[in-house]
Amino acid sequence: MSGAIEFEDVCAAYGARPVLRGVSASLARGAVTGIVGPNGAGKTTLLRVALGLMKMSAGGVRVLDQPLARWSREGLARSIAYLPQGSDAHWPVLARQLVALGRLPHRATFAPPSGSDAIAVDAALERCDATQFASRRMDQLSAGERARVLFARALATAAPILLADEPAAYLDPAHQLRLMDLLREEASRGTAVAVTLHDLSLASRHCDEIVVLHEGRLAAMGPPGTALSDAALAEVFGIAAQRTADGAVVPSRRL
Amino acid sequence: MDGTVIEEKVTRRAPFDRARMATLVLFAVLAAAFALSFLLGPSNLSAAVLFEGLFSGHGAAGIIAREIRLPRAGLALVVGAALGASGAALQGLFRNPLAEPGVTGVTSSAGLGAVLALYFGLAAASPFLLPAFAVGGALISAAILYLLSRSGAGAMALVLAGVAIASLATALTALALSFAQNPYAMSEMVLWMMGSLKDRTLSDLAFAAPLTLIGVGLLVSAGRGLDALTLGEEAARSLGIDVASVRGRVVIGVALATGAATAAAGAVSFVGLVVPHVLRRFYGYEPSRLILPSALGGAVLVTAADVAIRLIAPDGQLLLGVVTAMLGAPFFLLLILRLRRES
Repeated sequence: MSGAIEFEDVCAAYGARPVLRGVSASLARGAVTGIVGPNGAGKTTLLRVALGLMKMSAGGVRVLDQPLARWSREGLARSIAYLPQGSDAHWPVLARQLVALGRLPHRATFAPPSGSDAIAVDAALERCDATQFASRRMDQLSAGERARVLFARALATAAPILLADEPAAYLDPAHQLRLMDLLREEASRGTAVAVTLHDLSLASRHCDEIVVLHEGRLAAMGPPGTALSDAALAEVFGIAAQRTADGAVVPSRRL
Repeated sequence: MDGTVIEEKVTRRAPFDRARMATLVLFAVLAAAFALSFLLGPSNLSAAVLFEGLFSGHGAAGIIAREIRLPRAGLALVVGAALGASGAALQGLFRNPLAEPGVTGVTSSAGLGAVLALYFGLAAASPFLLPAFAVGGALISAAILYLLSRSGAGAMALVLAGVAIASLATALTALALSFAQNPYAMSEMVLWMMGSLKDRTLSDLAFAAPLTLIGVGLLVSAGRGLDALTLGEEAARSLGIDVASVRGRVVIGVALATGAATAAAGAVSFVGLVVPHVLRRFYGYEPSRLILPSALGGAVLVTAADVAIRLIAPDGQLLLGVVTAMLGAPFFLLLILRLRRES
């Protein structure tokens, strides 16, 4: 079975600056794929291309076995849930209302939320352990609580694909682990989960597949043990790492 | 356990009930203010005589009721609704509680358009040209703001740009009035810059009302997109929102509504700032739910301000924009202080 998203030789550029230079990769269903690479490697751009937020200059993307161009805006929004980097709420809406925004792709213009919307919102809140502050305002929540609500917003869409850009960036270790558990849980429901990460130990321990990007090219792809080989770490990140008994990568020094 | 479940339901429903309550209060106050506005005037006619005149159209009472009182009361309502809804939508689009047609220079640009049409004889060629120029002026300034916001200008930069646009539009208005060699240039200028509802006719209302209605309709149609923009532009687009279309609708909707309001009443500032800010908490801070209540609240504020003017200075020397600015400017400063503290 092919992946939920298939990238074939994808090239993309911001103006004259190329960001992706022919990336072929696959995001598997029912698995957590970690996308890693140094700053500017093209991680976010890869996600944005899949979402149709950015145009490719060459190559092709297939989402759920259909070429990207054949997807309608709404159809794609129902198929891929996206949690952008540094997400936050610009108005202090109630947490529940914020999560309900994840249902917009399922709702017709001016249609009020339906019963199934309410069920999906409740389920998303519960999975993120955010039910108890559903009726609090976003500005009254701690950063960790806000992150959970924002994540619940992405889950509420109930899309078969979930893309999260640096969701662990501002979380403390306990919340990071909780986030990775949540991603794992989503994948066990059959969702194709892809997440960009800077923390290699988090990525190596909690992801099934790793996509390593380097200067807009695919440097390595596969299970953490093979994709994050010593050679790849040295070439891409310029670091050496130790490995724990369970195979997690712990960066130890610069090369 | 049962107790917490019940409590959960109560707190979850509470904001909706508050919203309904707020809407009812707004309607009630608007009805009272509108009635007062209709009944108030230099010719001390009784309510019975005025209503008789309004429905029959006969005699002096009929003329006063239909040609003077009704246009003025109606225009206050339309102008307020246009400015209130425009403020709510602009704040939603820019995700900035300081965005407002007055502060961002949209109103003064509309005023400039109106003055250009009026003093260079275009308004005489066709009655459509004055509102058309006002809408055009508003559209240009709203488009400039939008381009600035696209290029990543922050909240304060946007407001500063608005200040620059407003000053430029005001200066050009003064320039136009001087060139037009109008003996009343100074007093006319003050009228356009501060706004007034004195001596308006039914035809003013006939132009302003439909344009405002279309404008507010466009703003309402952008509501869903404005809600999604609470999550930022990238997330909104990933939710299937055509952000460009949302922006276009808000910019054109604001231009139509504010342009129509300004063509009829001159530049009335701060209504679009104060009203959405006061009402937001009652509508759960959701941009889409705030637009129509802000129209209602704007109508209340402008109608009440127009009543207050006539009570304070029955000779008609006090201008509408003076009252709204005196209410709004301190409010604006307070809001800036609070935003600074938050950031």
